[in-house]
Amino acid sequence: MPRGVVLGLVRAFAVVFGVVTLTFILVHIAPGDPVQRLLGPAATTEQVTAARHAIGLDRPFSVQYGIWLTHALSGDFGTSIATGRDVRSLLATAWPATALLVILSLGLTYVLGIAIGTYQANTHSRIADGSVTIVTVALNAMPGYWLGLVLIMVFTYRLRMLPAFGASGLDADFLGWPAQTVDRLRHLVLPLMTLTLIGVGGTARFVRAAMREVRDAPFLVVARAKGVGRGRTVVRHQLRNALIPVVTLLGLSLPALFSGTVFVEAIFAWPGVGQLMVQGVQARDYPVVMAAATVTSVLVVLGNILADLLVGIVDPRARRVHEPA
Amino acid sequence: MNRLDYRARTGALVLGIIATLALLAPLVTPAAGAHDIVLTRFLSPLTRDGYGTFHLLGTDRLGRDVWARLLYGSRISLSVGVLTMALSLITGTIVGASAAFAPRGMSAVLLGITDFALGVPRVMLLLLLAALWQPSAVQVVIVLGVTGWMPIARLVYAEARAQLGRPYVDSASALGAGPVRILLRHILPHAAPPVLAAVTLGIGNAITLEAGLSFLGLGVQPPAASWGSLIASGRDTVVNAPWVGLAPGVALVCVVVSCTLISDGMQDRRLTR
Repeated sequence: MPRGVVLGLVRAFAVVFGVVTLTFILVHIAPGDPVQRLLGPAATTEQVTAARHAIGLDRPFSVQYGIWLTHALSGDFGTSIATGRDVRSLLATAWPATALLVILSLGLTYVLGIAIGTYQANTHSRIADGSVTIVTVALNAMPGYWLGLVLIMVFTYRLRMLPAFGASGLDADFLGWPAQTVDRLRHLVLPLMTLTLIGVGGTARFVRAAMREVRDAPFLVVARAKGVGRGRTVVRHQLRNALIPVVTLLGLSLPALFSGTVFVEAIFAWPGVGQLMVQGVQARDYPVVMAAATVTSVLVVLGNILADLLVGIVDPRARRVHEPA
Repeated sequence: MNRLDYRARTGALVLGIIATLALLAPLVTPAAGAHDIVLTRFLSPLTRDGYGTFHLLGTDRLGRDVWARLLYGSRISLSVGVLTMALSLITGTIVGASAAFAPRGMSAVLLGITDFALGVPRVMLLLLLAALWQPSAVQVVIVLGVTGWMPIARLVYAEARAQLGRPYVDSASALGAGPVRILLRHILPHAAPPVLAAVTLGIGNAITLEAGLSFLGLGVQPPAASWGSLIASGRDTVVNAPWVGLAPGVALVCVVVSCTLISDGMQDRRLTR
């Protein structure tokens, strides 16, 4: 394996380990006790002590951390204190919902962003470029929870077209599969639209800048001079070179996308990892918070590694750097 | 000194207007009186209530003037944004500059910490800190500042390394200038344009993040209301009074767009210099 990849993996592991440890410390030193919240103000001291003992919260901090770490390494995230459910099964239902949103919106964001940015960089109309820029800057500035609210106002309350709550209707279980699929898709539209729109602005701005940078490069003049068609010049020569920084952005945008989903999931009551995290934090549900933090940091780190690998694919020059000469 | 371009000037103008309105809030908004809520609640924008008070942006469900709430909210949102970036700027400059001047091992440690902090998902950390400690405005600023200094540190470090290799720095130290003098008089002025561009962008970012925390009920706590809490309160009245949630969002977008424009303008000016 090339040295760069190994180094990347070591760093990734360090970040995940650090984040997980930091989260564990923060959650445990914070005021508020999960057992107290679970049993309510009427519980006697003995009951609280007994419950704390049963979960193992009365053990020394370092012992708790050691136990959690060994279990987590073997894939066991324990039982939710607030709901009594296996955290793995909570994650198993929440994680696909978030992944669906993130992957679809990432794909849409980049397809739309690259298309818009390419158009802007190559159009001769300053008015078109300027007005699209205003839109992309505004979209980039919009917080997801507010845009979501506006979309709900328009599509749910004014036009009565799309649902704005949850991932499926209350009656979804009683529908046949075609109706169920339609129901799920209808629930997906608004969260996906929100997440995509807030991402498109930034991506388009970035692509526009990258495409402009290479627009007057000598290799493009050569390509045009030897009679390569306009579409082919743009796609094969201009875009391919402009894509290198864009691909790096892809990996870097993953954390932002995940934070976006936290807010978007909150406003659309989308049953994903973000919701799980927010609820877990509010209930001081240590195992749930720890599991959500672990999954999120692993995914973010994987995204960065993926971006590095993708840069190597798009730009053969980058691959050479890692290999010892 | 050449002039800033039209984008930066537009952004500065908008920001200036909003900041002035925030400062003058008591003068340009109707005073809240002991009014009957039933007579004043959910008035649409540009209407006059039963007491003859004019409501530019209407009223919310407690009969409070939305324009007034917006301006008082802007005081909190804007100060959180500015103070956060001031904190990030100080921390980032100290870390970045120390990393550039320190011996190799120390410098590697500082850069390692910066890289690690960059790898931590910021919103996750914010969510944890905010939810666990129910923070005051000051604590929100500290939390946002502590999680936002890394890009500044990187910029200062990169710029310092680039300048340290230049001959004029050698001459300065040959003339007896100490590291502090070199840092303050030679390196930081060079690092200022990109750092200021990053700071301006960061102000918008911090305002958005604080609003996000407030939206989830985890930011600045009531009765103080930032734009985020105003948006959250508008969420319940989306159907019968959409202006309550729309107004603070529009204000927030205006501020963030202005910050982006100023930052863009500064960056381009630097490239063409």
